[in-house]
Amino acid sequence: MADVSIFHYDFFIKGLLGAIFASITAGLAGTYIVSKKMVFLSGGITHASFGGLGIGYFAGINPVIGAAIFSVLSALGVEYLSVNQKIREDSAIGILWAFGMAVGIIFIYLTPGYSPDLMGYLFGSMLTVTSTDIIALAVMSAVLIVYFTVFYRTILYISFDEVFARTYSKYVNVFKYITTSLVALTIVLNIRMAGVVLVISLLTIPPNIAGLFTKSYTGIVIGSVAAGFAGTATGYAVSYNAGIPVGATIIFTLVVMWVILKAARWLADKLKSGKSINTKY
Amino acid sequence: MAEWLFEMKSLSASYGPATVLEDVDLKVTENDFVGVIGPNGGGKTTLLRIILGLIRPSGGEIVFNQRILMPTTIGYLPQISTGDNNFPVTVRDVVLSGLMMHKGLITRMNREDMKRADLVIEDLGLSDSGNASLNELSGGQIQRVLLGRAIIGDPVLLLLDEPGNFVDSSFENDFYETLKILNKRMAILMVSHDVGTISAHVKSFACVNRNLHYHPSSEISNEELLAYGCPIQLIAHGDIPHTVLKAH
Repeated sequence: MADVSIFHYDFFIKGLLGAIFASITAGLAGTYIVSKKMVFLSGGITHASFGGLGIGYFAGINPVIGAAIFSVLSALGVEYLSVNQKIREDSAIGILWAFGMAVGIIFIYLTPGYSPDLMGYLFGSMLTVTSTDIIALAVMSAVLIVYFTVFYRTILYISFDEVFARTYSKYVNVFKYITTSLVALTIVLNIRMAGVVLVISLLTIPPNIAGLFTKSYTGIVIGSVAAGFAGTATGYAVSYNAGIPVGATIIFTLVVMWVILKAARWLADKLKSGKSINTKY
Repeated sequence: MAEWLFEMKSLSASYGPATVLEDVDLKVTENDFVGVIGPNGGGKTTLLRIILGLIRPSGGEIVFNQRILMPTTIGYLPQISTGDNNFPVTVRDVVLSGLMMHKGLITRMNREDMKRADLVIEDLGLSDSGNASLNELSGGQIQRVLLGRAIIGDPVLLLLDEPGNFVDSSFENDFYETLKILNKRMAILMVSHDVGTISAHVKSFACVNRNLHYHPSSEISNEELLAYGCPIQLIAHGDIPHTVLKAH
């Protein structure tokens, strides 16, 4: 009996902390990729990281480290190619996307002895989340908060108008590389919970929810963290009680939130414009 | 006595094997208002990019009068397409970004900066839109915001790349009136393919079509233009500025 309640408590704490740090990291990184229209690129990086995950398993090292190395390298690679405009970016991302998945699956199936929980990595699972994962997410949250606060204007203006930023700064590419690498790491650290297939939505849906109510960058970051927390926390609770995979539950919750709030926004705008017509006549 | 700002000496520029500018000589001094004209692909924007230091010349040189002209004292209004107008950024923030050349990477905008931005915003007739995001504005209003960004740092040289493209006609007169006032404080180099409109406002012309021909007044004759190889509209100044089309 006591064991069960400790298990419940542990699970609750893990879920709560996971929700907090996932929403902070996803909110900051997500606002960046959504504003910069880098969602497809980020999807490519996510799936490329699956290759590193598979190799990590095969080599007997922590698969998250393999995934982190793969995701950062592919992020830097795509960013380098786009800076130098040597490729058709969308095709390259599409190739990277499938290649990463292929490498991952091959190595996971080649791994002798035991078969890892493939479903957990593809769709997320709360059971595989360790305290190390939570600590890593907490550290990532701190890094992102410091980075985005200290360099706020620099990052904002490079994202908004890169060409103009180049007229006054030599560090445009450096910032692009650093920020994209941080986005890649954020994605990898959130894979345990949301899964390779779904994690990108954890980054993209909250900024779209926040964007319904504010047009300021800082406002969208704060709104994203709040929306992300509401989504992940509700997702955990539902997933835990109904016994369905956590990643899918979170994404489903977030999309339902987005639809409801978008409808509410539409209705509010409609009523407002209706009112102003009434006052005119 | 007006000071010179920069000088190009037999300068060339190329993108890979393609030479865009060749043997260009140009000297710009304080209070100049140069209209840079020429056909599309003739190298007008490249000329600006060299002044901005975005491209290095492939031959010859550009010399800056470093006592007054530094990268931080050049204002730049790009063609509208370089920024993302759907990006979540307010008018005030965009105008403030024009101060970034005076700031380090770790930057807070202080109260004085904010006040300065509000003054510029007011001067450009955008007082109501300080907190609006760009996608709530018209093309002409966005152009004004970007002009605000270019002048908030009080530059000594202002570079304008096709400002006429997106200016709505109701704003056009105001726009050139604003430039005239700014020209008292700074030299202006304005790229345009619309000679007819800008001839009434600039003091001199530089015709760029791989080579550069400088014309020290705002009047260009038909023969001269033909000699330059500039396939563009002609202008003539009577009492009323008007446009003369080539025989067709």
